[in-house]
Amino acid sequence: MSLADQLLQYLITGVSVGMVYGLVGLGITIIFNATGIINFAQGEFVMLGGMIAVALTAARLPLAAAVILAVAAVTMVALVTERLAIRPLRGASVIPLIIATIGVSLILQGGAKLVWGPEAVRLPAFSGEQPIRIGGGGIDPQRLWVMGLAALSVAAVQLFFKYTLAGKAMRACAINRAAARLVGISIDRMVRLSFAMSAALAALGGVVLTPVALMQCSQGTHYTLTGFLAAVLGGLGSGLGAVLGGILLGIVESLSAGFISSGYSKAIALAVALVVLWWRPEGLVRRRQA
Amino acid sequence: MKVVSSRWMQVVGVSCLVVVVAVAFSLSGCPPKPEPTPPGPMPPGPVKPAKPAPTGEPVKIGAIFSVTGPASPLGDPEKKTVELLVEQINADGGVLGRPLEVIVKDDKSEPTEAVLAVKDLIEGEEVVAVIGPSRTPTTMAIKDICQEAAVPLVSCAAGRTITDPVATYVFAVPQTNTLAVEACFDYLEREGIDQAAFIYAANSYGEDGYNNAKVIAAERGVELVTVETFGGEDTDMTAQLTKIKAKSPGAIVCWGTNPGPAIVCKNAQTLGIDVPMLQSHGVANMKFIELAGDAANGVQLPAGRLIVYDQISPDDPQKAVLDEFAAAYKAKYDKPPNTFAGHAYDALWITVNALEAAGEVDRAKVRDAVEQTEEFVGTAGIFNYSAEDHNGLTAEAFVWVKIVDGNWMLSE
Repeated sequence: MSLADQLLQYLITGVSVGMVYGLVGLGITIIFNATGIINFAQGEFVMLGGMIAVALTAARLPLAAAVILAVAAVTMVALVTERLAIRPLRGASVIPLIIATIGVSLILQGGAKLVWGPEAVRLPAFSGEQPIRIGGGGIDPQRLWVMGLAALSVAAVQLFFKYTLAGKAMRACAINRAAARLVGISIDRMVRLSFAMSAALAALGGVVLTPVALMQCSQGTHYTLTGFLAAVLGGLGSGLGAVLGGILLGIVESLSAGFISSGYSKAIALAVALVVLWWRPEGLVRRRQA
Repeated sequence: MKVVSSRWMQVVGVSCLVVVVAVAFSLSGCPPKPEPTPPGPMPPGPVKPAKPAPTGEPVKIGAIFSVTGPASPLGDPEKKTVELLVEQINADGGVLGRPLEVIVKDDKSEPTEAVLAVKDLIEGEEVVAVIGPSRTPTTMAIKDICQEAAVPLVSCAAGRTITDPVATYVFAVPQTNTLAVEACFDYLEREGIDQAAFIYAANSYGEDGYNNAKVIAAERGVELVTVETFGGEDTDMTAQLTKIKAKSPGAIVCWGTNPGPAIVCKNAQTLGIDVPMLQSHGVANMKFIELAGDAANGVQLPAGRLIVYDQISPDDPQKAVLDEFAAAYKAKYDKPPNTFAGHAYDALWITVNALEAAGEVDRAKVRDAVEQTEEFVGTAGIFNYSAEDHNGLTAEAFVWVKIVDGNWMLSE
């Protein structure tokens, strides 16, 4: 492989891995905007999406149905989470709420292990496994699915916030909660909606990712942390920023694994994130909208 | 009225959600619950003269396995194997004419739980010997305890540190990483490959593999053109493999346990890497083939004979043992035993044989007898323990296996 081919491959890999970080980061951002808390169970929603889809296909459901049902089921899990863990703490400050999400993450992870066991699982690829050759390397068709669906979701979320009443109400909520309530926006509904949306995004990510990246019950934490980093890098509060932050992280990781050392690629990505935050403490994208 | 109905709606709504989620979970093909198999007739085995039924106080052996927790794919079949063997042994006259009782403790894959379990077994149950634990960290946590309490321990874990340096009371049954790495380099030598890439999981198993590979590569004059690592939760190793591809090695050697190595194979296939992919015995399980799918085909690895027991030549000294164990395990549990089940088989039989050889239930005498084990034909290989070697196996314990059409094929 020539150097140019290698570079191209590192960029492709970085973007495809980074978009997943960004998708999780976007979900974290949506909940942050509505509630002011970081949802540390976000990665668990990714994991549940993958695990439920695998379970449903194992029960002989067609793949498309399994995907839709898995996303729906995880959305419901998120709504139940919101009802049982977040709403009772409505008056509390941010810290107890964040700790509640950590508790939820432990419960979901433990519950998933009880149901499905600790071993990794996989899903059949959506459109075959024949890799697409690019330069001296290539890419899995499934990775295109991941990138395509992630891009679509991000676009849909942006449009939702810009053009729908509910989207505008959520933005209002993010900007000033008291004022939003004064003009008649139900904060509870917005919080519920934010949980539903971000869980659906995460679950979709988990489902499309499982054929290439496999899924195991303990993997949620990894997605939460990378997604959180992406969201912070993007300037916590900006959806687009989270996606860009994720892609930046993915590319830095991939390039440093390729040109420096795979053992230190995570540390290098973190160091770059720190440098970016020094340079722009407000993150890559200034917070204007949800 | 309106308030009541909206509350009511909420309650109904939430319960519906719970039900739907519960259904989604239960639809999921939960892991098959261990169904109690009715005590049926024993599978046909070699006909032995019936021995008198065991009488008197049971002989107690302790067992510690990771029945639950992350290592349950190891501990669960180990526990099942012990239950199967205890039935067989007691039906065949017991140990020293007395019934055999194996007290199985679950360490939940945690070293601290293993410590509690071993103390209970040694002081509470007063067992004569302990088999297990399933993994290296849990074994290392109790190695010194067994040594100090002078209780023989026959571990089912493969870490080199368990038997190196030798502790007089501590033994192990699995093939070690050292032997597996040697088997891989034997392959490279046979194929005339003198440049290989090494990629390993950044955990104790992978690092042990790499430390062995460094030494053996230098001895055999094989150049490791690049050495890469991946984390246990990593989901994509394309970057590492791109680097490997650019160095054009003659083969790739990957050291890790599921799921990382499966992703390595998939990514290598995507990049169109066509040099031989060697894996460790850590992936010698059907789960690996399931995870890697088509990318598993062509993978070669050193493995114990148990996974290819039906392809082993009838002249192989282990053939009879493997066939008999696999048939009995399948009859009771409806699936073939995996490597870890085999480790429990070896550990329990070595201990039981040592009890018979010692002639009495005495910890020190049993230890001596275990150390004097000679030519014991087990599932992992043929064991010859000595004062210096508490692992007892040689590279002969491995066969070279290739994955063809999603199945293990013996390739020697």
